[in-house]
Amino acid sequence: MKIPEIDLYLIAPEIIITAFGFLVLLLDVFLPKEERKGYLGIISLIGIVVAFLFTLPQMRSVKSGFEGMFISDGYALFFKITFLIIAFLTVLISIGYTQREGIAFGEYYALILFATLGMMLMAAGTHLIIIFLGLETMSISIYILAGMMREDKRSVEAALKYFLLGAFATGFLLYGIALIYGATGSFHLKDIASYIATKNLLRSPMLLMSLVFLTIGFGFKIASVPFHMWTPDVYEGAPTSITAFMATGVKAAGFSALIRVFFSALPAFRPDWTSIMWVICVATMTLGNIVAISQTNIKRMLAYSSIAHAGYILVAFVAGNDLGTSGILFYLMAYAFMNIGAFTVVILLGKKGEENTLISDYAGIGFKYPLLAASMTIFLLSMAGIPPLGGFMAKFYVFSAAVKSKFYWLAILGVLNSAVSVYYYLRVTVLMYFRESEREITGLQFAPASVIALILTVIGTLYMGIFPANVLSLAQRSIAGLM
Amino acid sequence: MVIPSVPPELYLVLSAVLFTIGVIGALTRRNAILVFMCIEMMLNAVNITFITLSRFLQSLDGVLFAFFVMAVAAAEAAVGLAIFVMIYRSRETINVDEINLLKW
Repeated sequence: MKIPEIDLYLIAPEIIITAFGFLVLLLDVFLPKEERKGYLGIISLIGIVVAFLFTLPQMRSVKSGFEGMFISDGYALFFKITFLIIAFLTVLISIGYTQREGIAFGEYYALILFATLGMMLMAAGTHLIIIFLGLETMSISIYILAGMMREDKRSVEAALKYFLLGAFATGFLLYGIALIYGATGSFHLKDIASYIATKNLLRSPMLLMSLVFLTIGFGFKIASVPFHMWTPDVYEGAPTSITAFMATGVKAAGFSALIRVFFSALPAFRPDWTSIMWVICVATMTLGNIVAISQTNIKRMLAYSSIAHAGYILVAFVAGNDLGTSGILFYLMAYAFMNIGAFTVVILLGKKGEENTLISDYAGIGFKYPLLAASMTIFLLSMAGIPPLGGFMAKFYVFSAAVKSKFYWLAILGVLNSAVSVYYYLRVTVLMYFRESEREITGLQFAPASVIALILTVIGTLYMGIFPANVLSLAQRSIAGLM
Repeated sequence: MVIPSVPPELYLVLSAVLFTIGVIGALTRRNAILVFMCIEMMLNAVNITFITLSRFLQSLDGVLFAFFVMAVAAAEAAVGLAIFVMIYRSRETINVDEINLLKW
């Protein structure tokens, strides 16, 4: 019997995240009640930083381990860095928020760490079991996090909806995996690709069905139309910090697994999935932007805007060239900064019990809280794609990838959609600066950790817009060897 | 007594039928627990596919995957039932039609 190779250094970031998750759970029991609340967040932050320090040196070489089930290539590491940044910012904005809303339990931070672990496995797995287990580790943690505010009816409802639809999508994803296994006899992505190429299985009905099922399964996670129905409800009901985590982290993880599976295992079916994804992509952009216009709740508006952003990212997925794939990595990183930043402003302006989340509540805050309003403006303009902010460069790369692959209509529709989105992003800005507030917002408490997160996200958004070359060249190096 | 062997295609058909019943049930049922049971049926239908294919292809990978699916389904059931208890406490109903605070 052959003893499988075990290279623990390869999965060091994952081990550290898991260990710190358990540490937080343990300390939650042993620390006295009053003291533990702030500390647990800080311990999670330390864990994320340590995992980050172990991720960076792995950039030097591509290594695969565990019988080829797990790989640490540039692609996986870029996504891991993105997830760790997202987790770091989420924990930062959670420290003040959880205390205000009375949900500062140890499980909260532990589940964020476990969800991050699942995301990292999704990006690094080259075997369908690992990808599936990573997806479920992430999803189950998030089902619980979405319902963390047990007293709030809307939070509980969000958890129920997310759980039922997420589990339903899991069933489709699994059936897709089973059909791939039936047609090719393997779960290894590389083996699947080479088997399809050698046996010429291009018209195999089993594989075509599995393509459809995988699209459904991943489509739920990235919230693409027509699998987006849960998104607005869950994003509105869930705790705001978790909404930020879902909109950035879960979406990025969904894309990481989608690209890995489709580009490494099923490249032979590119003409087939290009035509499916083209339709999904246009529907996602258009529906997200048009419905966002009529929203009155800021969290719900950002939810529809996140659907639209999934559509923009799918433009690059359809284009499918190197520029597009590196554009997706760039986009997800930039989106992490601007979206978490926007939700940080929502948290800072909110009060216990999810108050002040209507868009009309933002009237006049430009005079009362000029710095908050200025940073919100930066995030919203970045999402709308106004230079010189991160969102503009991200959209520029994504649309130019579509042009490069001769998907002119897709690029035109994307730019038109982007123009529509300017309306509802600017509406908030106009309210903030040119309207008198109808009712006073008083008694806000600015948690220092959230303010730090706000500063970091502003810096991130500006940096990615003004100096995009650094991150983009990193993304371009990362995708080498993916296809 | 000779037991006639069932061809593997029939098992695949069985699992496809069970999966379809699960999908239809999950879409039409109104009680959250019944919806969840239909989803569990979808997962178990997939397990039948995995095990049939595993035997047909003479590789153990499929059986292995079925075990992972069972473990994940158990974790999902634990979380899901807790969510149902929570929603019953706050609403006194688990009818998914009446759980509609969040819309448009």
